[in-house]
Amino acid sequence: MDTGKGMLSNALSSVHGAPPTDMPVLLPMAAQVRRGALIERREGTYRLDVQRHHIVWVAVLFVLAGVAAQAATPEGLIGPWEAIWKWAPFILWGPEGELKGFSLNLIISFFAMLFGTVAGAALGLMQVSLLLPVRQGSWFVTQFFRNSPWLVLLFTIMLLFPFEINLNPIGIDLIIPVPDWMKAVIGFSLPVMANISEVVRGAVISLPSGQWESAESLAFTRRQTMWMIILPQCVKRMIPPWINWYCILAMATPIASIMGVEESVTFTNQALNAEGDRPELIPIFYAFLLAIHFIYTYPIARWSIRLEKQFAVKI
Amino acid sequence: MNQAAASVNWTPDQPMVSVKDVHKSFGDLEVLKGVSMDIMKGECICIIGPSGSGKSTLIRCVNALNDIQQGSILVEGLEVNDPGLDKLELRKKVGMVFQQYNLFPHKTAIQNIMMAPIHVLKQDEKEVEERARMLIKKVRLEGKEDSYPGELSGGQQQRVAIARSLAMTPDVMLFDEVTSALDPETVKEVLVTIQDLAEEGMTCILVTHEMGFAREVANHIYFTDRGIIVEHGSPKTFFDDAKDPRTKEFLSQIL
Repeated sequence: MDTGKGMLSNALSSVHGAPPTDMPVLLPMAAQVRRGALIERREGTYRLDVQRHHIVWVAVLFVLAGVAAQAATPEGLIGPWEAIWKWAPFILWGPEGELKGFSLNLIISFFAMLFGTVAGAALGLMQVSLLLPVRQGSWFVTQFFRNSPWLVLLFTIMLLFPFEINLNPIGIDLIIPVPDWMKAVIGFSLPVMANISEVVRGAVISLPSGQWESAESLAFTRRQTMWMIILPQCVKRMIPPWINWYCILAMATPIASIMGVEESVTFTNQALNAEGDRPELIPIFYAFLLAIHFIYTYPIARWSIRLEKQFAVKI
Repeated sequence: MNQAAASVNWTPDQPMVSVKDVHKSFGDLEVLKGVSMDIMKGECICIIGPSGSGKSTLIRCVNALNDIQQGSILVEGLEVNDPGLDKLELRKKVGMVFQQYNLFPHKTAIQNIMMAPIHVLKQDEKEVEERARMLIKKVRLEGKEDSYPGELSGGQQQRVAIARSLAMTPDVMLFDEVTSALDPETVKEVLVTIQDLAEEGMTCILVTHEMGFAREVANHIYFTDRGIIVEHGSPKTFFDDAKDPRTKEFLSQIL
């Protein structure tokens, strides 16, 4: 056996726990898997892999759906391009002055990211606590929400929350309405929180132990080490996966349509409805929706990949 | 500056670091099997031996990076093997430099040096900066104050690491194979820095593979093998007149 291959196989099995392969043809593939696994382990997450040619695929899909719809349009009805043109403002912004449709997707994604990040950062720090109960508790919460289906979490939260909170029983004359989209924000915050928690934990444990040791030998306390030495270095490592999770979240927000939140999918359905539920329009309307999400998410995801490469050189 | 601890009743005629019958295991693996040594103030001692013989573990025990199972380590009268040990107090007395430098990559050279005195010793920032500039000069890195560790060579980083430790005004310096990760041409600049320190009277404990350095600078040499001290003596007797066959074999391989 040549030793080079042996070493690679060992490295691989240390990452995957998989047995080393004896089939040389698999090695390039295995090396690629290994690189991906290393990144994912460091970031505590999987990563969107958007590439430039995806632009072409989305455009082709959109045009094909349009051409097909055009061909299937009966005499006397408006064509697909015209229909899209007519309904695009409604899908993007909702009725005038309301910020619904796709803009509500964005609003939900901003707030869910905000709450998820704050809660996730705290939870992640608890995961590297020295206190066993804190560590175990936060680990459990993290794993619970990380491994639950987003849809189920959303259902649970939306059905659990009242549509208004009445403060009269505690002596305050106030009724706070809780609109559906706010419930959705909470429902999306939970999985985001859990995943950000993993990102934080992954970044902290990915730093070489020498950083802790040298800080320790300079008589820094653990708290000082964490805040002055470890976390400042982690921030850089956390930014790309954090952006990555934002993209995943933004793409997940249409799930809220199932609960009747008036976001882009809900309004697309309403638009299709208003056009008389013509079957030939369904693919082009959804391709349009896909294109909107893609146009929004693609640059952000590319940016995260670029940052990743930039930071990888410097650290 | 470091005489604060009330428990310390150490006088300079006693060993500054006194290691007695130290046992240390990692799980089932016993790494140190009863090691003893005394280091007087101002002495420079080298610990040499084959890899895996426990020499790094030994000096990591001196500043409590590793705990020990049995025995005693006194640093200026402070018992390291005491569950109630004030580790911060110990680490103000003991500086340590590592094989991998372990500089803080997000801070410049001078910030690396200034951080601990300002935040741990709560010293005045102006005064610390002045001292940091002196230390930079001492390790011959003028002009590199504002460079980040990533912009420095290994030897330069290691000298910043030494200055960083010195900024805490320690009484003892531990050097854990500090030249092992360096390019051959930068080894010398680091060794010269350590030699300067030793000649100024800093108490130094080095784990090293640099035999030339050990012979020239050390007051005393300890040879460890498989968790025990096989032989120790002055550099001259050690290198020219080794008694134990294990020492002889090691020296014959390395010299």
